[in-house]
Amino acid sequence: MAESETPSQTQSETRHGIGVSPGTAYGPVVQVAPPVRPPADEGAVDDEEAALADVRAAFESVAVSLEERATRVDDTAQQILKATALIARDKGLVKAAAKELAAGHGRAHSIANAVETYAAQFEALGGYFAERVADLRDVGSRAVAAVLGVPAPGVPPFTEPSVIVAEDLAPAETATLDRRLVVGIVTEAGGRTSHTAILAAQMGIPAVVQLAGATEIAAGTPIALDGDTGEVTIAPDMELVTAQRERAARRAEALSHLSGPGRTSDGAEVALLANIGGVEDAVAAGAQDLEGVGLFRTEFVYLSATKAPTVEEQTEIYRGVFAPFEGRRVVVRTLDAGADKPLKFADLGPEENPALGRRGLRLSAERPDLLDAQLEALAVAARETGADVRVMAPMVATAEEAAWFARRVRENGLPKAGVMIEVPGAALRAHDVLGEVDFGSLGTNDLAQYTMAADRMQGALSDLLDPWQPGVLDVVGLACEGAARAERPIGVCGESAGDPLLALVLVGLGVSSLSMAPSKVPVVRLALSLHSVAECQALAAAARGARTAIDALTAVREAARTELTDLL
Amino acid sequence: MATRTVTIASSVGLHARPAALFVEAASASGLDVEIAKPGEDPVDATSILGVMALGARHGEEVVLTADGDGADETLDSLVELLSRDLDAE
Repeated sequence: MAESETPSQTQSETRHGIGVSPGTAYGPVVQVAPPVRPPADEGAVDDEEAALADVRAAFESVAVSLEERATRVDDTAQQILKATALIARDKGLVKAAAKELAAGHGRAHSIANAVETYAAQFEALGGYFAERVADLRDVGSRAVAAVLGVPAPGVPPFTEPSVIVAEDLAPAETATLDRRLVVGIVTEAGGRTSHTAILAAQMGIPAVVQLAGATEIAAGTPIALDGDTGEVTIAPDMELVTAQRERAARRAEALSHLSGPGRTSDGAEVALLANIGGVEDAVAAGAQDLEGVGLFRTEFVYLSATKAPTVEEQTEIYRGVFAPFEGRRVVVRTLDAGADKPLKFADLGPEENPALGRRGLRLSAERPDLLDAQLEALAVAARETGADVRVMAPMVATAEEAAWFARRVRENGLPKAGVMIEVPGAALRAHDVLGEVDFGSLGTNDLAQYTMAADRMQGALSDLLDPWQPGVLDVVGLACEGAARAERPIGVCGESAGDPLLALVLVGLGVSSLSMAPSKVPVVRLALSLHSVAECQALAAAARGARTAIDALTAVREAARTELTDLL
Repeated sequence: MATRTVTIASSVGLHARPAALFVEAASASGLDVEIAKPGEDPVDATSILGVMALGARHGEEVVLTADGDGADETLDSLVELLSRDLDAE
């Protein structure tokens, strides 16, 4: 895309996206090229031998460029890139492409078909093997680009600290980004809970998503972004960049003086916890200054498997997750699958509305064998590692469901059972629902989706999903009141827990733990340390008293202490 | 022709890094090395896609075969490689 564009803009222009990973960044734009597909009108080749030589050369050039990239990244990414280069050099791939050429396909289609032959085999194997499919398809897309002579998809090579701009980033792309060179990430698509947002926050790279026209910014144009406010300035003047940098420096300074458990200024405890999705996240979060895990998503154990993972297989994975948290809490969410991410071994068939269908605990009710195997594995791993393991069910709507789940958890020898509060009906009757269990955890992302009837995957509905929507805050407030009457602790494990101003409001509403991307913990710790419980309650009242989401944010921003807001 | 049977020690099975290390070692030998699950068709041990497509998991047996000078030594070193938990190192 870069060639067709006008040279660097000189006129400064400010746009707004959604800030999803805190911090400020300034640097030239590197545009990520979209995946390349074989042209629909590609005919058969005239000279099969020459075509095969082209295909061979295309794969070889992909291998060379991957190996070249591998020399410039850290150890983990290096291994991924080297293994991917081995795939590009595989003789089997060239042989498969030769068969496709002989069958009358063009160069690009032969490459793509050869790749899909292997991709299908890996997907059928499931588990760890299926995870390699993305790498294999990446090799295919790069080889197709090479044989067509168009720019390679993905992040082009660059050597100076830059801001990565894309339609959206694939998880593998984000994971192999060089943190020393990527100062910021901006995407045109994605949402608050997209892969880009979650990974950027975990990697500590400032990021803004949902920036209209992001992919049209010319490569090389300097831009400044603020991952807290979502503000992006194209060709900014140096004054703004300096002001942003100074604020970031003051923030870093303020954060450096604080450590340890979360406390309000008057000493009330608010546990600061991490959201994690696998063993690697657990190891990274375990090394940080936080009190444990508030949400361990277990889907990765199941999603790519073709048959139900055994108790032994699961125990091994859970042991790896719990080990870094000996003596700290780990809140595990049991399997949360549905028709939108069906399991090969527990597919209940397609549904018109997967978000409202047989998912979460409803799937566990259909297949209690899956839940029991998971609970058994969790219990074994908990005993072996000494982590304070607590288990909660997703998508609970009624007190009966909560009671059913709690009984199964205790029968499997786990001491503490809880439920996610993400269905508005359960939030309104939190007193009854939480009375059956030991604790509750507000999943604010899904709670907002169900309260506002707005699909989380629908980027265009982002405004409705704004966690500052007074309707959502009211539902959260009512759930907290119910939890208090039932004398059960309630926490928040949605992304809103990582917004320092919103965290204060949540504490004011009665929340006693906040679970977020680990990189957001320090600023939330600072926010808490500057406000008393009474002040948090006043902020919560101000937010709920507002008529619109923007008004709620503005009211809280104005009423919060300037020692905090000056840094945001 | 030399043959060995070995149990996969890697906790994640023969994929990703363990598979890459195995393929690199097999390629470095310069011999025609093949790998198979017992009773199944063998695949070229220098093809990472072939090796991964075997789908050999932790605790499963595989059969290695090689021909030519140094076949025994090559297989011994490959057996040693597969007997370690490569992903944990």
